[in-house]
Amino acid sequence: MKMRYDVVVLGGGAAGMGAVKGAKDLDASVLLIEREPFTGGVLNQCIHTGFGLQVFKMELTGPEYHEFYRNKIGKFDALYETMVLNIDFDENKIKAMNSEGIHEIEYGALVLATGARERPFEALRVPGTRPAGIFTAGLAQKFVNLENHLPGHRAVIIGSGDIGMIMARRLFLEGVKIEGVYEIMPYPGGLTRNVAQCLEDFNIPLHLSTSVVKIHGKRRLEGVTVAKFENNSPVEGSERFIECDTLVASVGLIPENDLVKGKIEIGPDEGIFVDDLMRTNYENVFACGNNVCIHDLVDFTTTEGEVAGRNAAMVAKRESLPPRAGIIIAGSGIRILSIHYTTATEPFKLYVRVDKPMEIATVNVNDKPVKAAVNARPSEMIELTLNPQKIDLKGKIIVSAKGVKK
Amino acid sequence: MRIAIIGAGVVGSLIARELTKYEAEIEIFEKYPDVGWGVTKANSGVIHAGYDDEPGTVRSKYCTHGNSLYTKLSYELGFPIKRTGSLVAAFDDEEVKVLEKLLDYGKKNGVEGLKILDKYESLEKEPNLSKMVIASLWAPSTGIIGPWEVAQAAIENAIDNGAKIHLSTEVKGIKKTNKKVLIEVDDRDYEFDFVVNASGLWADVLAESAGVKVTPLHPRKGEYILLDQSDLVRTVVFPVPSKAGKGILVLPTIHNTTLLGPTSEDLPPDWRDRNETTAEGIRKIIENTKKLVPSINLSKSIRTFAGLRPENDLKDFVVVKEENMVNVVATRSPGLTSAPAMAEDIANWIVGLRSLKLNKNFNPYRKPIPRPYEMEDEEKEKLIRENPAFGRVICRCNKVTEGEVIEAIKRGARTLDGVKLRTTAMFGRCQGSFCTVNIMKIIKRETGMDFEDIEKNLPSSKVVDGVLR
Repeated sequence: MKMRYDVVVLGGGAAGMGAVKGAKDLDASVLLIEREPFTGGVLNQCIHTGFGLQVFKMELTGPEYHEFYRNKIGKFDALYETMVLNIDFDENKIKAMNSEGIHEIEYGALVLATGARERPFEALRVPGTRPAGIFTAGLAQKFVNLENHLPGHRAVIIGSGDIGMIMARRLFLEGVKIEGVYEIMPYPGGLTRNVAQCLEDFNIPLHLSTSVVKIHGKRRLEGVTVAKFENNSPVEGSERFIECDTLVASVGLIPENDLVKGKIEIGPDEGIFVDDLMRTNYENVFACGNNVCIHDLVDFTTTEGEVAGRNAAMVAKRESLPPRAGIIIAGSGIRILSIHYTTATEPFKLYVRVDKPMEIATVNVNDKPVKAAVNARPSEMIELTLNPQKIDLKGKIIVSAKGVKK
Repeated sequence: MRIAIIGAGVVGSLIARELTKYEAEIEIFEKYPDVGWGVTKANSGVIHAGYDDEPGTVRSKYCTHGNSLYTKLSYELGFPIKRTGSLVAAFDDEEVKVLEKLLDYGKKNGVEGLKILDKYESLEKEPNLSKMVIASLWAPSTGIIGPWEVAQAAIENAIDNGAKIHLSTEVKGIKKTNKKVLIEVDDRDYEFDFVVNASGLWADVLAESAGVKVTPLHPRKGEYILLDQSDLVRTVVFPVPSKAGKGILVLPTIHNTTLLGPTSEDLPPDWRDRNETTAEGIRKIIENTKKLVPSINLSKSIRTFAGLRPENDLKDFVVVKEENMVNVVATRSPGLTSAPAMAEDIANWIVGLRSLKLNKNFNPYRKPIPRPYEMEDEEKEKLIRENPAFGRVICRCNKVTEGEVIEAIKRGARTLDGVKLRTTAMFGRCQGSFCTVNIMKIIKRETGMDFEDIEKNLPSSKVVDGVLR
């Protein structure tokens, strides 16, 4: 089948739904392409609360957030259970496949909202056997929350990312014995609120600077050996065996950009480099959400999606958008930036992550302090509002952070 | 005439398939729940050219010939093979001398197209090779395959031609009686006229149970790292071989990833199930392969694994032919490459010995599982029209469709690994975190198995355990 739409959105998670709404709000014709049979992405399996505080000023569960937002969008065209095979960025055409065959879709503007994938535990190259019973946190969550099945009965959690801590609590509440959360870094990988609400409230121990060094068990997992870590190496003599039948790994998310590799500019952390209009290196291709950078809160991705959708609609309607005027570079103390280019026209939100914990972090733009963050950690994004009326956002813009003691 | 084949690895499955070309009752015994899960599963998947093997060895007799047979086999049995060619990279004058020796071996073994390349020719062939290289041996006939796919294809074809397979059936011993052979399994004995012992790591034990003396085996472990990278190397890159073997390689796989390995560690004879990876082994792989290809990016790792190969002190294959039994022992490297030639030779010998007649109904062809992602659009459309399940992608990393998963189940997959090794679903960069649940749902729907009955691979390797409420 052949189709044409002003705006085509790839991915129907929170960011993609934001883009659909943003484009619809400007009366563009919109098509959503989604691999699953429904919208919502990972929200569908996140039955815990904590969503929507920023966008809806309400604390919602994932499915509630999805439904709430979905109702705000209204009707739109979508292809579900559909896989994009190829994008021709020069001809503005997408080739996609589903059970009805191959579809060719022409777009005026494209929004990439393909989200992220979990880093698999196997990627850590941990020695030992390769038995059943090893899950990413997201997979364990899917089994428990959507399929009504327990991964096992005695679990260790490797990595203290947010989903890891949330799954520690979730499994604990279902009667699984949680042997502890083991984090290789000296600080937690997820939000402080999750350390309190998911671990401390349930007396689940968090072991920092500790991780797994060996997997035991031929068929189903029988145990792991953990050890203290210093400078990324296990400390000799600190090894300890823990009996368990389940390992849940929360060892990072990776922006999912396999489809556009080689065409769209992607940074060393695999996120798409965009400007403050959420525009990529193609003037009619936008990106938003976790395929740009891994966000802390779903609310941020929705907002980003709306920006991307609106700008995509404008380009599709042949309104000209301002060109890029500046490049943002991560200076000392900063590890991640959500946006890498500026147009220096309107104020915009930039999310950054510091590269190590700082009691008080002063964030500087070209050596000018713009924000002080108390108890700054790599796991918590710092939100900056950059206003071109107030700071020069043209040319080379270096964002840096400096730790100050209280 | 009734013939038993013990072991459904590449060697056993190809012998079985070869024998179905004749009038005989073939029964295959495999101790694992699926085919190709032993030695076949965890090796480099390289079809070696045949320049490594000292002329006069049994290996040299089978390797080059086996390599050439793979082209026809791949066509008939519908498994992919890619002739990437290989380079043996030399970094000093001593190593260049070794290249000359290998070139000489190769010529004597009948390997075609071998050539010593200078530094610049080497780098032109393989741009990511270390700039420290001074020369290399180019072997155009080296290829890559998915070894388990050979076993799956050969067994499917053998069954199609009348053979029978007993899965999850471990042979405990072989007894030779007057003109007959007894195969002892758990609950009963099976009587055959002839037996082929192709039981890989256990071939010496089973041979001895029948009173046949062979050189004892021990496992040699090879550890690997798999990278989610399809463009790191174009060819199979070897270091210069040493006494320990062909060394630790960098190679593209047939499934668009890059493989680093193997280590080569001799284990005690009773460690035949100790296929675990070690910190030492992983460190060694990284250290050695970085010398060959410095731009290896380890953040692209998606898996580590280890395989065991049957090794003996002769470092050579041993084929013991007797009146009513053949033992194929020490199918070490290049066992995978040699398997088609060994199968042909052994089958021909049995056929001659027992004057078997040709099976006029033999069909040499096996249809592979359709793979829409690799088809032209028109072909894709046609397939999806016939069966819409071939339009629904289940594994996003490798673009495997529901149709392929169903077809894998129809062809015998009952475990996650069974599906994985037939379709490449769960084989890619997410290692199944996205698609495992959907694959289990398809297995459940197609077979009636409950989630809790579905295993990763071996018995007692349940994926989930219990329901919430």
